[in-house]
Amino acid sequence: MSEQQAAPAGGPKVKKFMFVNRKAPYGTIYALESLEVVLITATFDQDVSLVFIDDGVYELVKGQQTKGIGIKNFSPSYRALDGYDVEKLYVDQASLAQRGLTEKDLLVPVEVLDAEQMGQLMAQQDVILSF
Amino acid sequence: MLHIVNKSPFQTSTLDTCLRMAQPGNALLLIEDGIYAATMGSATEERIRACCATLKVYALQPDMDARGVTAKLIDGVTLVDYGGFVDLTVEHPTSHSWL
Repeated sequence: MSEQQAAPAGGPKVKKFMFVNRKAPYGTIYALESLEVVLITATFDQDVSLVFIDDGVYELVKGQQTKGIGIKNFSPSYRALDGYDVEKLYVDQASLAQRGLTEKDLLVPVEVLDAEQMGQLMAQQDVILSF
Repeated sequence: MLHIVNKSPFQTSTLDTCLRMAQPGNALLLIEDGIYAATMGSATEERIRACCATLKVYALQPDMDARGVTAKLIDGVTLVDYGGFVDLTVEHPTSHSWL
């Protein structure tokens, strides 16, 4: 059943969902909440993209060790996303540069985009959820 | 597409990032504390005036009224009421409520 491509009228409709992550991981609950909603959305076979902008890029930094703050380290979950067919991860170039980070500091493969490419990608979505 | 910003430009980088990514022809709606960006004499005045050239910029009047700054509205920015807010979300196929 290829309901992803040509869903019959009244059948399941695939929408383009973009999750915009702009917060660092442990200071607030946004990053974790976003990840949970992403996994739920993926379960419904939707077209999911994640973008990481501003402090959101810190969510993907390798080597997070949270034992000392008593909060679960959820960063390994980003590596599990491709198991849910979530493979579109985009990172804002300027946000990385401003924080002294490069792609090599990140724990998953991503596509690095400039602001214009990011803006164009946003405009192509059906639904944008901001965290 | 429609960008909606509800944070003061003096509190967060949200407006900056939004303006960096907004494409010519997009619309920007300032609501809640976001409306302070559209006031004359603020440090954001230049930026808002400049982006009026490529974006359609709106501010939610009830939020400006509530904060006592409606008279300071930068010209080029269009005031809308709640009905106008709804119209904007209908006119634009994609809305992004920046957080």
